[in-house]
Amino acid sequence: MSRRRSLGRTVALVVLALVVGVALFGDFLTAYPYDQSNLLARNEPPVFLGGSWDHPLGTDRLGRDMVARLVVAIRISIGIAAVGTLISMMIGTSLGLLAARRGKAADDAVMGLVDLQAALPFIIIALAILAFFGRSLTIFIMLIGLYGWEVYARQVRGAALAARNQPYIEAARAVGVTTGTIYRRHILPNISNIIIVQATLNFPQAILLETGLSFLGLGIQPPLTSLGQLLGEGRDSLASSWWVAVIPGTVIFLTTLAVSLLGDALRDRLDPTLRR
Amino acid sequence: MTSRFLVRKLLRLLLTLWAAVTLVFVVLRLSGDPIVALVPADLPDAILEQYRERLGLTGSILEQYGAYLSGVLRGDFGYSFRTAGPAWDVVASRVPATLLLGGAAMALAILVGIPAGIAAAHWHNRAGDRVIMTGAVFGYAMPNFFFGILLILLFTLNLQWLPSGGMGGFSHLIMPTLTLGLASAGAFARFTRSSLLEVLGAGYMRTARAKGLSLRRQMLVHALRGALVPLTTLLGFTIGALIAGAVVTETVFAWPGVGRLLVVSVSERDLAVVQLIVILAAATMAFANLAVDLAYGWLDPRIGQERRSQRAGP
Repeated sequence: MSRRRSLGRTVALVVLALVVGVALFGDFLTAYPYDQSNLLARNEPPVFLGGSWDHPLGTDRLGRDMVARLVVAIRISIGIAAVGTLISMMIGTSLGLLAARRGKAADDAVMGLVDLQAALPFIIIALAILAFFGRSLTIFIMLIGLYGWEVYARQVRGAALAARNQPYIEAARAVGVTTGTIYRRHILPNISNIIIVQATLNFPQAILLETGLSFLGLGIQPPLTSLGQLLGEGRDSLASSWWVAVIPGTVIFLTTLAVSLLGDALRDRLDPTLRR
Repeated sequence: MTSRFLVRKLLRLLLTLWAAVTLVFVVLRLSGDPIVALVPADLPDAILEQYRERLGLTGSILEQYGAYLSGVLRGDFGYSFRTAGPAWDVVASRVPATLLLGGAAMALAILVGIPAGIAAAHWHNRAGDRVIMTGAVFGYAMPNFFFGILLILLFTLNLQWLPSGGMGGFSHLIMPTLTLGLASAGAFARFTRSSLLEVLGAGYMRTARAKGLSLRRQMLVHALRGALVPLTTLLGFTIGALIAGAVVTETVFAWPGVGRLLVVSVSERDLAVVQLIVILAAATMAFANLAVDLAYGWLDPRIGQERRSQRAGP
């Protein structure tokens, strides 16, 4: 591996560690609650633009402290993307194994669902569901959790079907291990690399989906905030306080960039077919 | 290409459209009594019943489904709340704007992405390749909505060169096109590069080199021809996702297209309009897929004939 590439990956790791650290422990960074407005301190610039250390990243048009808002926004965005990735991983893996294991009818049913999902861009499905069911946090998280399940299902099914013909499975079957145990204890661990690699691809996309919908005003609703919701608010006050939009936007960009780079690194290590 | 191939693809297209139309119906019914969502609250029962009749919400669920399907077939997609006019008219009036933006963005993506991919493949693993691929990775991680805002900050608020939104002359088109087009340009560059790298080692490329063809001819005529099939797949996908791709960009720049209409209709729960746009998005995707399938047979005669030669084989 070239030195330049490993440097890039180190930087990405540091960025991701910072983001996760802020999400978990960021409350120490500021004394202000994220939703407390102060009409006497509106649109204050960040420190690097001549603001005061009282509000290191400035304030928005209601005088809310940007550090406090950013901490909560990062926590919500990263949290929802992580939960969403986990849910879609579980749905997809279960359905993929089901399709591989339960014979033709189950296989056709699952693959039909996969085709149906692929017949429409997910953002359209998401918008339709938000329109029909209304906006609530639970529905929103379920939506993010639905995102990308079909990719897991297709890959897990393929890998499980391929693994089934391996000698170690035959050996397990020969000594009398039941089918359920074979799938759980032998096949699943052997295809877990594929699932993990897919999760590293899914996670940045889940962040972009959440922030995109929240930016459009259809995801996380105020007073709660997320990186996308923050950016959407900042868009309305670009002329007076552009940092309200640019700071969360930069965090989204750097986070997805870092996760993508680290995902590449993980793929190089876990996926032997890509190794050159 | 056989006519059976065509018939099968057309049947598949119809099946997809039917599935999308039915999905919309099922999801809408799953979300509870649609009348609650479709009309303003606090209406007297008598008026509610009139609405039920007008919206086809009387009778059993199967009767409703039948009425809905026959309405769709006649081009009757219900009425928009906001304008009280037919949903079809509301959506149709927005289509040209989306086509204009989508077409311009697609042109930009191809004009930037494919040459960049060719250059990267040519300079494989050298500095030029790394610069181009870094750009593509950045483009992948950069969300549309943030890139658009950065453009507005630079060109509207700082330099005051371009209008921040709306539709008008050519100047209105520049920033939305850059936002939408550059995002796909990264994907085009990556696809072009990887499929070129695959064919560059092929025997016919060695022949082309041995014949002493110019580099330009080698790349553009011989190598690119082999890369056309994966590029067509990407092109088809980008066209198919026209409406989905436009949602965010149109909203950022207040571009009066279908994507912006969808966002507004979702937030105001103008369900007839949402329903029609979902069906339209599915149709766009299905027709783009059909076009791609037909193009495959034309670009690579081996694909259409696979079946026939299999049958003729020993």
